[in-house]
Amino acid sequence: MSTTLSIEHLTIGLPEGADRPFAVEDVSMAIEKGEILCVVGESGSGKSMTANALMGLLPPGVNVKAGRAMFEARDVLRLPEGEKQALRGASMAMIFQEPMTALNPLMRIGDQIVEVFAAHDRYTQSERREKALALIREVQLPDPEKIIRAYPFQLSGGQRQRAMIAMALALEPKLLIADEPTTALDVTTQAQILKLILDLREKRGMAVMFITHDFGVVAEIADQVIVMRMGKVVERGSATEVLENPQHDYTKRLLEAIPTGKLPEARQLSETPALEIKGLRKIYRTGGGMFKPVREVRAVDDVSLTVARGEVLGLVGESGSGKSTLGRTAVRLVTPDGGQVMVGGTDLAALSDEELRKQRHKVQMVFQDPYASLNPRQRIMGAITDGPITRGIPRKEAEARARELLEIVGLGADAASRFPHEFSGGQRQRIGIARALAMDPELIIADEAVSALDVSIQAQVLDLLRELREKLELSILFITHDLRVAAQLCDRIAVMQKGKLVEIGTVHDIFLNPQQEYTRKLLAAVPGADWDQQGAA
Amino acid sequence: MWKRFRSNIGAMVGVVLLVAVIFIAIFAPLIFANTPWQMVQRPFLAPFAMESLPLGTDTLGRDVAAQLAYGARVSLLVGLVSTLVALLIGVPLGALAGFYGGYVDEGAMRFTEFFQTIPNFALAIVLVAIFEPTLASITLAIAIVSWPPVARLVRAEVMSVRKREFVDAATLAGLSKPRILVRQVLPNTVSPIIVMASLMVATAILLESSLSFLGLGDPNAMSWGYMIGAARTVIRSAWWLSFFPGIAIVITVLALNLIGEGLNDALNPHLSRKGKA
Repeated sequence: MSTTLSIEHLTIGLPEGADRPFAVEDVSMAIEKGEILCVVGESGSGKSMTANALMGLLPPGVNVKAGRAMFEARDVLRLPEGEKQALRGASMAMIFQEPMTALNPLMRIGDQIVEVFAAHDRYTQSERREKALALIREVQLPDPEKIIRAYPFQLSGGQRQRAMIAMALALEPKLLIADEPTTALDVTTQAQILKLILDLREKRGMAVMFITHDFGVVAEIADQVIVMRMGKVVERGSATEVLENPQHDYTKRLLEAIPTGKLPEARQLSETPALEIKGLRKIYRTGGGMFKPVREVRAVDDVSLTVARGEVLGLVGESGSGKSTLGRTAVRLVTPDGGQVMVGGTDLAALSDEELRKQRHKVQMVFQDPYASLNPRQRIMGAITDGPITRGIPRKEAEARARELLEIVGLGADAASRFPHEFSGGQRQRIGIARALAMDPELIIADEAVSALDVSIQAQVLDLLRELREKLELSILFITHDLRVAAQLCDRIAVMQKGKLVEIGTVHDIFLNPQQEYTRKLLAAVPGADWDQQGAA
Repeated sequence: MWKRFRSNIGAMVGVVLLVAVIFIAIFAPLIFANTPWQMVQRPFLAPFAMESLPLGTDTLGRDVAAQLAYGARVSLLVGLVSTLVALLIGVPLGALAGFYGGYVDEGAMRFTEFFQTIPNFALAIVLVAIFEPTLASITLAIAIVSWPPVARLVRAEVMSVRKREFVDAATLAGLSKPRILVRQVLPNTVSPIIVMASLMVATAILLESSLSFLGLGDPNAMSWGYMIGAARTVIRSAWWLSFFPGIAIVITVLALNLIGEGLNDALNPHLSRKGKA
């Protein structure tokens, strides 16, 4: 085997005032021809910086301080810009996390692929089109003749990522750098893209540098693994070695933090419901003009379910399945078109705005984005006590309770006087939980509450939720796209698809004995599913 | 934020210039013994000809330096007050339109467009001509022509802030809509408003000068525009009569613009400084 790329002692400096002097420090790695190297790490570990340095995409102020990266017998870090440009795309290509922003929204897919050829002056115009069509076929996009004329917005997320891959493969690169290419995708789509990358590697024998934070993905595709932390390599080895016999503490911690397929003990649930949803419907209507018919999307289509007191019900589904709309309807941030939302004997769906405002405290929500869900100009104390004070609780009492809650969620009472920007994502999510608890709700809806967090932080927040569930007998409707996370926390799981409830049952039933085809498909698509079961056995 | 502002040389120059102008405006009666209307020497005395009258005298023998100092008072006062009034009209209207949307938005925006379709200056002239030209009416006229951009800016900001999750969180906390608008949404729109306001003061000063130049100024208030207007017939024989007030306007407007730019860079660092990773 020949080495496609070897990075030797790479050090990348950060501008002054950054949290550490080097983004990447003394990193070495080698990728053989036809090999997939996974670079794993949490956010800020320097894994993307390494890739960007290879492609010459470092942001201003960040530069390579030492080391070299040998590719085709040349040091790509020190090539003049012109040669770098010739190299990019031709023998080294990259795909990104967010295919919507990586594609030009105003250009047809076919034209974008053709442009790659044009930029490197290959082939004639008609040959280029033919090649583009062949590529679109190769990445298994449906209906290639139509796709070549489509704009990015007309494709789904997975299709866009395929189009990106087609562009990257256009000039048959020897090295493909994939920077979290499946993070923004649904599990089923992710499984397809991973399979595609494996197929292409097989067929073309190219080397792949695959950057990810997800050990499940690593288990699916990696040959070699490098674990990075704070810009340094902490562990390296073959995939089986690293996954089954990790040496470094950090790797062990990361692996432990991954929600595994191990199912929690079933708990006895109480009979009293905290939330009863009956025949809930929400239809979104768009368009509708003189010549256009109204387009109807049934976001939530006649869904009924109950969450018992003290129960955690997981609501899983792919994006667009209506799970978030269901959650937002249950707190009535969205008013349903029909059906009932019964909480503690009142139907939230039927209340007038003014009455609703008085009943708001019964259902609270923990939001997905820890950065958008706290007012940047309001101190934490204000964020937590606003609600209780509005409810008529004396300020003193509310503030004392807020401090107590901050202790409970593990932040300490002195967090109250600070502003949100002083906290990390995980800490903010804890504040979000404290804010929800401050209202003494009968039910908390957690909408992808841990999805935006790194795995180790995710594990901590899940631990916190589990602890709170025991201590406070919380009822939670836990919305997530990640079945592994749901398995860790939930008592029962409800699966949604296209606005309809497909299946609902205990975690054990859903995971070990799924009744519906769709549930089985979702389970099969979970990255690293086999590996998990080996681990559990 | 203050640190970022201070490191901006242009903005600091602006602050120094503006402070100087404000100083002169405030202490004009102490610096100059004469009122700007008093005849103190022979007319058309050239600048630097007499030590006590460094900028010379005008067509009626009045002290140009004193006129400049008193003019600063009018310019700054009109600039500040009209901007404040414009904010008082524009911010609530834009906030309501952006926050409530629907018919409120439609109504407020059509009303705003009604003002935007008429050229600023023409409308200001008409308004001043209808009212008596006094300082109050001029200030009001300038405010009336300059609030629409404020309303549009605030509306756009409010619309984007209101979609953020913390607003949903506040709704769930049971806060009433007006309270969410005032306590949660508006504080997050302050930075662009401050920047715009600092630039509006500059525009207002220019507008006031233009009005006075056309003879629509308050006849009882000495202003830079009036000075230039009165001197335009003698511009070839007595250049200093229009030159110095012109310089005064340029310096004040420039200072305000520099400060506005500096505030913009300091308050919205991600928009202006692309160099940082």
